[in-house]
Amino acid sequence: MSTAALYKEFQRLVGPENVFSDASDLLTYSYDAALLPSQPPGLAVRPTSLEALGRVIRLCNQEGLPLTVRGAGTNLSGGTIPAHEGVVVVTTALNRIVEINQEDLYAVVEPGVINARLFAAAQKQGLFYPPDPGSMAVSTLGGNVAENSGGLRGLKYGVTRDYVMGMSFFDTDGQLVKTGSRTVKCATAYNLAGLMVGSEGTLGVFAQIILKLIPPPAASRALLATFDRMQAASETVSAIIAARIVPATLEFLDNFTIRTVEDFSGAGLPTEAAALLLIEVDGHPAQVAEEAQKVQDICRAQGATQVRPAADAAEKERIWTARRAAIPALARLKPSVVLEDATVPRSKVPELVRFITDLARRYDITIGTFGHAGDGNLHPTIVFDKRDTAQEQRVRQAVEELFDKALALGGTLSGEHGLGLSKTRFLAKEVGEATIAWSRRLKRAMDPKGILNPGKIVGA
Amino acid sequence: MGSVTQLARLVAELDEQLITCMRCGFCQSVCPLYGETGREADVARGKLALLDGLAHELLSDPHGVRERLERCLLCGSCAANCPSGVKVLDIFLKARAILSGYLGLPPAKKLLFRQVLARPALFNKLLSLAPRFEGLLTKPVDSLLDTSCARFTSPLGQRHFKRLARVPLHRLEPPRSTPAGASGLRVAFFAGCLIDKLYPGVGRAALKTLEHHGVGVEMPAQEACCGIPALSAGDTATFSKLLGHNLARLDPAKFDYMVTACATCASTIHKLWPLMCGSLAPQAQKRAKALAAKTRDVSQFLVETGLVSGQAPAPGPEAKPLTYHDPCHLKKSLGVAAEPRRLMAANPAWRLQEMVESDWCCGLGGSFSLEHYDLSQQIGGHKLEHIAASGAAAVATGCPACMLQISDQLSQAGRQVAVKHYLEIYAETL
Repeated sequence: MSTAALYKEFQRLVGPENVFSDASDLLTYSYDAALLPSQPPGLAVRPTSLEALGRVIRLCNQEGLPLTVRGAGTNLSGGTIPAHEGVVVVTTALNRIVEINQEDLYAVVEPGVINARLFAAAQKQGLFYPPDPGSMAVSTLGGNVAENSGGLRGLKYGVTRDYVMGMSFFDTDGQLVKTGSRTVKCATAYNLAGLMVGSEGTLGVFAQIILKLIPPPAASRALLATFDRMQAASETVSAIIAARIVPATLEFLDNFTIRTVEDFSGAGLPTEAAALLLIEVDGHPAQVAEEAQKVQDICRAQGATQVRPAADAAEKERIWTARRAAIPALARLKPSVVLEDATVPRSKVPELVRFITDLARRYDITIGTFGHAGDGNLHPTIVFDKRDTAQEQRVRQAVEELFDKALALGGTLSGEHGLGLSKTRFLAKEVGEATIAWSRRLKRAMDPKGILNPGKIVGA
Repeated sequence: MGSVTQLARLVAELDEQLITCMRCGFCQSVCPLYGETGREADVARGKLALLDGLAHELLSDPHGVRERLERCLLCGSCAANCPSGVKVLDIFLKARAILSGYLGLPPAKKLLFRQVLARPALFNKLLSLAPRFEGLLTKPVDSLLDTSCARFTSPLGQRHFKRLARVPLHRLEPPRSTPAGASGLRVAFFAGCLIDKLYPGVGRAALKTLEHHGVGVEMPAQEACCGIPALSAGDTATFSKLLGHNLARLDPAKFDYMVTACATCASTIHKLWPLMCGSLAPQAQKRAKALAAKTRDVSQFLVETGLVSGQAPAPGPEAKPLTYHDPCHLKKSLGVAAEPRRLMAANPAWRLQEMVESDWCCGLGGSFSLEHYDLSQQIGGHKLEHIAASGAAAVATGCPACMLQISDQLSQAGRQVAVKHYLEIYAETL
């Protein structure tokens, strides 16, 4: 089909107002939140119904057009940066919460529903959708599932993967494939939903997703523990888990991040501390009271110089405001930000933190480290100016060293951001060539023409 | 019109500010326009990317960029919520000026701004004639809201607009210079066009309030527009002319504060006069900055100086429910949200009944509403729903522009909810 005929056909499928071909519009679909070169697509379309979405996919496949699905474009690994002359399919109009079921505790959503909207809708009905990626105010559930997003509650409540009960997705012919169900148990057929979670748009395009909801905890309590040695903070994390307590969140801030947050927000953080742990336990009120006490005792026994339980909701809010301020505070130091998410077994956190401190010194770059200590999922955040090419080069080298170290410690390249374009070339180091070859065969079987988000994950 | 490379060089001057956007996309959660359209070019991140594209010559379509840049309410919700602190509005206004300088102003805007707005005497004269003819072309539709609509097919479309005041404020309340009373304070009162010409009652409530608190008032003859319509259109020439006109009439040495009851004027003077006065003589720049530093919203002034303080009385048993809309230019630009509420609480005849999302933009956005009325209405529709759901008998706000939009919405929907300025609520008790 000629370009003009194709353009007309897309217009017919989704309506003329939902096809974008101006250079200006296309430039706005050329990037996501990853610090990577942008690439404008050849066309962007915004289907307003699942039927139209299916037809768009079918047409792309017929014409061999690369197709990249985009929700909010908050991806941190370049997963939504399209291919040259490809088609960006924007899901923001596919944003219906189809069902929230109070008896059977699940929700059915279209891929463009924003995470925070489902959270609020579930909360209104006395239910809880726990996965809370940092982008939850804007990121879509389709994107969350495609990236297997995590968040602060990962330690106790798990990540997006743990809430996907089933889904329907379009294959490259625009046919609907169904997997999983609305039931707690489902042993029917292949667990394709498991395969689709984290597939970054390379194997199919989500139509509807069935997500598990749970009853919310009745009570919660937060506390802030200060340490003058990193090692002590880290051992505290292990000691809490060893005491059979699983906090809802167990966050860590390093000294540089503490000082930056304090400069930014004046929250009253101890700027001389080597590390802070922000801990929240939740559950039945009696259990919360008991666990909060135990956690305090453990913190002190492990050498915390100060332990401050939040007396009320306002104080609790202040503790979490400090954590939420980490990214904004660091981001304001320099124009460019690389937010890493290499993850290690929990017990290796101190070694990784020591390594990162040394890394910053050796490469003469600024790194603030904070994150989900309970998960071993830290966010070393490198701030710099990308216009300084020598500096950018040093940042890239440092990141490579960081990956090597995480792998050497038995960890993984990405805890929650996905591989996208940015980590593809490191994958062999973690899983080996045979895994990549197998994954490519799988991809070829599901997407023979290679139109689905080409270049991501396995580089095919 | 020069070459695109020349334009790129101009836009590149914004690079220091553009580069601070880390493309996180968090602006999507607060942008009223993106909330309706879901289009990346409508949200701040997209527009910043377009400007970056112009600066680095990835794009060669300045018309396309301008068109998208103008699809913006300039409400500042993005800037107020930006994790990286990107000065989005500063960038957008400067970019609009650069693009208008490069592409020229559309002829209608040029005529309106340069020949009318920039000449306050003529502007006043023209509008003083208008009410006499208003009845010929329009018909009243809602007496509670004092709105009317077009009798015949009109360029104003379906709007229900607030009728022009029979007598504008500057004729009801002549220029004055009164000494400080019990408060020991003197303020300049900057009325602003909308209060002068559409809502003189708000101006009178402000003057009554100031008098009640023993505040001396400086009100010069023939103030000009604060300049925001010109700045929004990128017409820096008209803006500079208006600013010069106002600076000649307002000597900051003569008063302690300058106050206004218009959120948009307050925000423009406080934030944009210092930012955009660069083309003026050094002495004038100094004066603009001094005035900006002294400028407050009336509620902000009264609370900051302690003239209104202490515990507000409990609402009476017969108190009517009143809801409040936070103007973007008060809450997001100036951080003023508690002060108007404190003033309204002083009136026990009303009981504040908060609506949800009280700080979601009303959708007017000045000229945005003229150029994109459908979108403006769509955004305003949420405000209408929230006002209705609050069950309030009246909705108050702190900006005459928001009052216009909310009146239009309520009038078209046939809702019997009065629209008031918070100062009108406060002044009822004086």
